[in-house]
Amino acid sequence: MSGIPHDHYEPKSNAEKWLHSRLPIVGLLYDTLMIPTPKNLNWMWIWGIVLVFCLVMQIVTGIILVMHYTPHVDLAFASVEHIMRNVNGGWAIRYIHQNGASLFFIAVYLHIFRGLYYGSYKAPREVTWIVGMLIYLLMMGTAFMGYVLPWGQMSFWGATVITGLFGAIPFVGEAIQTWLLGGPAVDNATLNRFLSLHYLLPFVILGLVIVHVWAFHTTGNNNPTGVDVRRASKKEAEADTLPFWPYFVIKDLFALAVVLVAFFAIVGFMPNYLGHPDNYIEANPMVTPAHIVPEWYFLPFYAILRAFDGEVWVVIAAEFLTGGIVDAKFFGVLAMFGAIIVMALVPWLDTSSVRSGRYRPMFKPWFWVFVINFFVLMWAGAMPAEGIYPYIALIGSAYWFAYFLVILPLLGVLEKPTTPPSTIEEDFNAHYGSASVGTGPASAKIPAE
Amino acid sequence: MFRKLVISTIAALSLSTGAGLAAGAAGHIVNYEFSFQGPFGRYDQDQLQRGLQVFTEVCSACHGLQYVAYRNLADENGLGYTPEQARAYAEQFEVYDPSIDDWRTATPNDHFPQSSLENAPDLSLMAKARAGFHGPYGLGLNQLFNGIGGPEYIASVLTHYTGEEVEQYGTYFYENESFPGGLIAMTPPLWDGAVEFADGSPNDIESMAKDVAAFLTWAAEPRMMERKQLGFTAIIMLGILAVMLYLTNKKLWAPIKSRSKAGAAK
Amino acid sequence: MSHAEDQSSTRRDFLYYATGGVGAVVTGAAVWPLVNQMNPSADVQAASTMRVDVSGVQEGTQLTVLFLGKPVFIRRRTQDEIEAARAVDMNDLVDTDSRNPNIAAGSDAHDENRSLTTPEGENTGEWLVMQGVCTHLGCVPLGDGAGEFGGWFCPCHGSHYDTAGRIRKGPAPENLHIPNASFVDDTTILLG
Repeated sequence: MSGIPHDHYEPKSNAEKWLHSRLPIVGLLYDTLMIPTPKNLNWMWIWGIVLVFCLVMQIVTGIILVMHYTPHVDLAFASVEHIMRNVNGGWAIRYIHQNGASLFFIAVYLHIFRGLYYGSYKAPREVTWIVGMLIYLLMMGTAFMGYVLPWGQMSFWGATVITGLFGAIPFVGEAIQTWLLGGPAVDNATLNRFLSLHYLLPFVILGLVIVHVWAFHTTGNNNPTGVDVRRASKKEAEADTLPFWPYFVIKDLFALAVVLVAFFAIVGFMPNYLGHPDNYIEANPMVTPAHIVPEWYFLPFYAILRAFDGEVWVVIAAEFLTGGIVDAKFFGVLAMFGAIIVMALVPWLDTSSVRSGRYRPMFKPWFWVFVINFFVLMWAGAMPAEGIYPYIALIGSAYWFAYFLVILPLLGVLEKPTTPPSTIEEDFNAHYGSASVGTGPASAKIPAE
Repeated sequence: MFRKLVISTIAALSLSTGAGLAAGAAGHIVNYEFSFQGPFGRYDQDQLQRGLQVFTEVCSACHGLQYVAYRNLADENGLGYTPEQARAYAEQFEVYDPSIDDWRTATPNDHFPQSSLENAPDLSLMAKARAGFHGPYGLGLNQLFNGIGGPEYIASVLTHYTGEEVEQYGTYFYENESFPGGLIAMTPPLWDGAVEFADGSPNDIESMAKDVAAFLTWAAEPRMMERKQLGFTAIIMLGILAVMLYLTNKKLWAPIKSRSKAGAAK
Repeated sequence: MSHAEDQSSTRRDFLYYATGGVGAVVTGAAVWPLVNQMNPSADVQAASTMRVDVSGVQEGTQLTVLFLGKPVFIRRRTQDEIEAARAVDMNDLVDTDSRNPNIAAGSDAHDENRSLTTPEGENTGEWLVMQGVCTHLGCVPLGDGAGEFGGWFCPCHGSHYDTAGRIRKGPAPENLHIPNASFVDDTTILLG
């Protein structure tokens, strides 16, 4: 599967042979589970299993919630209170689902940043990266629609703001917005279809996750050194890798257990910390909350959306150049989606010949500024769009685009990388072995990250 | 543009509390102590019962509690009333029954009524619908250490009327140091001794305010005790599992790591 | 094979089994609430009993209430109806079971075993409480002396019930079932 020489599944018993000749599913599952995995993976590689767990947990808790939820504007809010107060364990299932979304996004951001640092998006893993970006977009759509369902003030007004963005599209915007809403404003038609789509998208995500795994199983996993697994012989491959089961399944499950301890601490003791109190007020189309804020995981993009108001020079330039077709509102929408597109294009924007950030001394500070900038944008997205905050959001947005469009392309050309180890085995031994033994050059003393 | 930037920065920093108000934050909130705070916090049954009395005798004149059923008064980890006591409480009230198109005596299955006054919000979720603490500077740390502050907000509003009245376009507002914007349409509902508790518990404004805030917290989150129990149970069980998996992982990898120590030379 | 190696292999296995065991316990603890949530919720459970005020029920009339999704007949019988019911011979009955969970199991269908004990604890036969569900295929029988036996008649397939709600003629196999019921005070019947 991954081109790494290893033993494949051989059906042993008669029953196995019978099934294998009709549907090789046992073989498929076996080979998937036992796939040779670089032995030097560090703890930033555990987020995949956390993400899969979150998807399953959200689907299971979500299906249960739908058994008790009513998707009608007059009854939705009350049905959620029914779940919280009357349904056996309903309060737990609701809080798990609500906070599960946050865990899902924490994990996905760590997973993405891991990819950005270690160059997991670089050839031959571009398709894995693109599929991952699609999964991320679908996650955002799913989370957005899910948040509307309780029909609180933030549900309603967040929906109003975000569906309003579609109205900003020139010429066809209003028609698209009306089509999305099923009417002139967010109302019952919108709520009902959001439930249907919120139920559907996770299964589309599930399909894409299978494709995502298929893709990185085809190329093989990346690893912290960015060095390829040796494929010339089985002996070399076995020196660089270990079968996924049991070594990485157990390691991942341990990490998952630790993550879940933290997760249930939050669910048990501060389940509303990441939410907004206004969503415990039933939606009222006549009263707008003082500050409409999306959930925390959307905040960086919300900041980018709002940063481009009519006084920003790029917006003024765009308005002039397009004869007014691209106005400030539409520019903000383009910037918001553009931020994700530009991240999706990173396999082609990063010109470095070295994969992993570990061996790129010039790259490292720019990367960490990018991480800090992500949090600055998140913070700016929560603040009111007045005073100094729009400026901070603008600088943050500028850095985001500059990072992908200017810094990464230039770095690959200008940077002098250090030398990665020649093999994964060498990197692994350097971490666990004695310094006097090893096969690589003196740089075998490379400290593990 | 730069000058605008500098002026805005100075303005934002000097008006930080003002910006807090502009952000929809409450005014002056006192960080009252409640028995249910923290991971080991528990509802104080007596306090909840006093809070119900305050709600019944004062607040229910205008405010509803529509998501709470009378039978909830007998729920576990709550007020501690018996089902008979909950029934007796319910029978004080009448509900409109559309199936007989008439009013009838309330049963335990019925809910508290909705607000009778149009601009008096329902109080079932008030303790979760307000944040007493914000920031600092949008960092969310105050809420991390003090909690979101819903009950603190309620108690603060009830105890921070200044006594001043203001008339705006024919409506009377009352000055309140804790309410956002400083003017609240609700007349001061509490005064010292407004409610008499049978056991002689303190009935000054602050005590009654805290009692009703605690009761409203229960009304918003009746399963809080079960929730904290879940937190502990999950942490312990998952913690044990994590330890077991840690040891298993260690054992599993030991030969791999020691092989590398011995140096698999190739 | 050295003893030490055997020892370490069983010790290693024990850890794996122990971890698997803890994992199974945690999984079970997680799965149970996911299954239990489909059990009746608190509001549904609270509706499993119902109090009915019968102070306004005149003699010879019937109050029908909806309880647990089905009609319940509460009839205050006249003296004639009571006597007619008590005059029936057990051998004339299709179903000799009382169908009454409020008394001992297996008791027969004498009228005294069908009517509800009064608040004073007597068996005057004045009150008859039954499920208004025909035991044939579930239609709601018509009351107020309908049918050939002066009790209830089911229009769907022609089952006749007498003044004690016992099946006398027609396809229904059993007497009308009696729900859990009792007087909790002079004018209130508790169902369920």
